[in-house]
Amino acid sequence: MPSKQACVVVPVFNELATVERTVIDLRAHFGDVVCIDDGSVDGSGDIARAAGATVLRHAINLGQGAALQTGFDYVLRFTEAEYVVTFDADGQHRIDDAVRMLARARETGVDVVLASRFRGTTVEMPRLRGLVLRGGVWFTRLITGLHVTDTHNGLRVLSRHALSRIRLELPRMAYASELLENIVPNGLSYLEEPVTVTYTEYSRAKGQRNSNFVNILFDLAARRLRASA
Amino acid sequence: MIIKLLLIASALGLGVLMLRERIPGDKVLWRRIGGMLGVAAAVVAVLWPILTTKIANAVGVTRGADLVFYALAMSFVYYAIATSQRIHQLEHKILTLTRELALAQRTVGDGVSAAISEAEPSAE
Repeated sequence: MPSKQACVVVPVFNELATVERTVIDLRAHFGDVVCIDDGSVDGSGDIARAAGATVLRHAINLGQGAALQTGFDYVLRFTEAEYVVTFDADGQHRIDDAVRMLARARETGVDVVLASRFRGTTVEMPRLRGLVLRGGVWFTRLITGLHVTDTHNGLRVLSRHALSRIRLELPRMAYASELLENIVPNGLSYLEEPVTVTYTEYSRAKGQRNSNFVNILFDLAARRLRASA
Repeated sequence: MIIKLLLIASALGLGVLMLRERIPGDKVLWRRIGGMLGVAAAVVAVLWPILTTKIANAVGVTRGADLVFYALAMSFVYYAIATSQRIHQLEHKILTLTRELALAQRTVGDGVSAAISEAEPSAE
């Protein structure tokens, strides 16, 4: 088995309905699928394991950012994968988008490939969600100086070099901003790829609350204050 | 007046502490010494109440009780900040342990038998 392949990292928190399908579909295209079971109580971790994924289980729920960081640590410590693909377990992402983004990373040599639903397609995205996300994009562009159009998309490709420079420490969903904030200061190259994000009744019910942006702003502000002190 | 200087300096100092991740010099020994001195001061203040008034007057506070109150307020805020930071550090330790446990107990999937190990670009 070639050791320098890509590794897919899938954070999983109570995704019983969709995790099996996601793992099976991913394994048809990627050799190494790693699920981080972030303290699920519905047995999602066991399902993922049975479906053939490598599973790392957090004994308590730490948040999606922490789950991804555990996945990153796994890749850096126990594999020789050159690329990591982060992929959500709830059915919002398309496998062919992930495959295409990985190919783009390989052909261009960039460190980070970000997915943009606003350059691509959204299927049944709730209007308010779209507004809040666009607000987040504007805010992140202001803070990071990045030319991005979708800042909270869980589908990404990261090179091993990028992994070694990124450390996700913010709680809850503020990690997305944290990840982007790590790009420019570390001199990482990036590009954006249009993708399709599909909102199902399941993922709409499960997703972040729109009001969570308040928490995210607080987390970011607190970290900046600490960093500058 | 001296008390105003002391109080403003304390408030600013606490503000700075709040921003830091780790209070410099926050060692158990200093806290214990500080605690013992606090106990001694309390005993003295109870036995010789006139003393608190004299010290208060020296720094520009009319009543001894007011001085005691100011000291209490500042001590409380310091304690709240220090405790909050210790909790923050504990949370970080828990996170680190949970991660290490997850990595140590990893179950490796049978990715070897997956159909395709190298992703191919889709025809788009």
